[in-house]
Amino acid sequence: MNKSTVGRKTSGLDKVLRVALYTVLTIVAAFYLIPFIVMLITSLKDVEEIRTGTLLSLPASLHFDSWVKAWSSACTGSSCGGISPYFMNSFQIVIPAVLISTLLGAINGYVISLWKFRGSDLFFALLLLGCFVPFQVILLPMARTLGWLGIANTTSGLVFVHVVYGVAFTTLFFRNFYQSIPNELVKAARLDGAGFFTIFYRIILPVSTPIIVVTVIWQFTQIWNDFLFGVAFSGFDTQPVTVALNNLVNTSFGGKEYNVDMAAAIIAALPTLAVYVFAGKYFVRGLTAGAVKG
Amino acid sequence: MNTKAANSGSGQTQSGRPARLSLADWMPKIVMAPTVIVTLVCIYGYMIWTAVLSFTNSRMLPSYDFVGFDQYERLFNNDRWMVALTNLGVFGGMFIAICLFLGVTLAIFLDQKIRAEGALRTIYLYPMAISFIVTGTAWKWLLNPTNGLEKMMVNLGFEDFTFNWLADPDMVIYCLVIAAVWQASGFVMALFLAGLRGVDGDLIKAAHLDGASIFTTYRRIILPSLKPVFFSAMVILSHIAIKSFDLVAALTNGGPGYSSDLPANFMYAHTFTRSQVGLGSASAMIMLGCVLAILVPYLYSELRGERHE
Repeated sequence: MNKSTVGRKTSGLDKVLRVALYTVLTIVAAFYLIPFIVMLITSLKDVEEIRTGTLLSLPASLHFDSWVKAWSSACTGSSCGGISPYFMNSFQIVIPAVLISTLLGAINGYVISLWKFRGSDLFFALLLLGCFVPFQVILLPMARTLGWLGIANTTSGLVFVHVVYGVAFTTLFFRNFYQSIPNELVKAARLDGAGFFTIFYRIILPVSTPIIVVTVIWQFTQIWNDFLFGVAFSGFDTQPVTVALNNLVNTSFGGKEYNVDMAAAIIAALPTLAVYVFAGKYFVRGLTAGAVKG
Repeated sequence: MNTKAANSGSGQTQSGRPARLSLADWMPKIVMAPTVIVTLVCIYGYMIWTAVLSFTNSRMLPSYDFVGFDQYERLFNNDRWMVALTNLGVFGGMFIAICLFLGVTLAIFLDQKIRAEGALRTIYLYPMAISFIVTGTAWKWLLNPTNGLEKMMVNLGFEDFTFNWLADPDMVIYCLVIAAVWQASGFVMALFLAGLRGVDGDLIKAAHLDGASIFTTYRRIILPSLKPVFFSAMVILSHIAIKSFDLVAALTNGGPGYSSDLPANFMYAHTFTRSQVGLGSASAMIMLGCVLAILVPYLYSELRGERHE
């Protein structure tokens, strides 16, 4: 909404209202921030201090051993190498899956909005519906298929699954974005002799940056944060970090080390938080630019 | 791509010539083919496959002995499933209502020329970036009956303060609501903020000139024009609620007992750990039914609306 139209008058009542407004916004901000702050300070305390202190009390001195332990020696299930191998697994899954699904989404979106053919609208409707199917209905057949393909319990298997179920979303994003590109542009380029890929590469891709950013952020967070596919389709050595974190927290021999749990949880959240902090504003901007219009 | 082929592609409709089958004409279809095949097989094919399994007596491995609606009957006579379904109603209803309320309110508040808008928006939105597994782990610690909130309040001097929702079968579902709202409400706020920024400025100016207060302007003009955003947000939120699996896994693991199970967790447990593939498939089909009941009317109106444009 247009900024200049709101809050012009400043009477006494308005001032009171603004103070109230800022107070509410600050309290809500605390609600969103406190869990992370508690995680952080808990991860820096030693076990004794956690036992005697309270949630929001600051650590007497900083202990980073829980971070080291979470990274390299904490036990997840029956193996005790910390969450670092699984952290790497997640990257090995996320990077190819994001790249492939984004590329396919861009091409599909380009076809559906600018090279319509008989049935392409129907297919788009099917795809749209497919975005929202609960994954529970495909879980078992997919497990069998991965077995047949010989990629059950492998990283490539997980990449495959994430691409298959990510393409619906990436196509939707690109299609909605390309919808606003005038058809005449493509027609003119074709008269000038440009082919399917030339037009895509020379005309469409250069204007696609905002939607590429949105799609990459979306796919990165979705795939990094996935747990269901990870727990259903990964092998012991190919588990993503979310599955390892859950195992670590639920591994229950020895005393419960909440500081290690919290450190591991923060580590598992770092990549998406980093993406969000550095690129979040492009995400919101991209949303405004039309990713959620459809 | 050669010139001739590309030209024939664009010329065919205008001149009425029969289409020549050149590579360029086929290109769009060729590049779409993998997605079409994968979607038809891996979404719609599998859906049918699961539907078929739900009518069989499959246990550990899929079998194709058809038993009619037996699995559905077993499902609805299963106490654990009924708990899961009721939980979904409570959890989903509260989660959607609170997220929408918070999202709209925060978006409107942030839309009032707030000084630190960028920072606040970042704070409200960051939980969305985090996995439900992490969220669950964090809230499990915060809500822990002996170490968390309860102990903090006792140490602050409220000796009799008790907060053991995580251990209380009647209250544990609300722990899921708290954590899920914390995670998703910022996203709803972002959707509405994007919507608010897209409202036609002239419309608002006109309302101002007519002497409408900010409150009236929002209630009568701005919010009604955000109806599509309401629908999108509701569809997204119900989808999150129905497929919620990881939050339960991390925060309560369905416990105490199975009092905080949701259908997604029921399905996973029966299909993959309890060797009840038939029953698990039937539960998945019910989940699909819930999603379709919400989605089909929505998509229908969306796609129809587009054609009218």
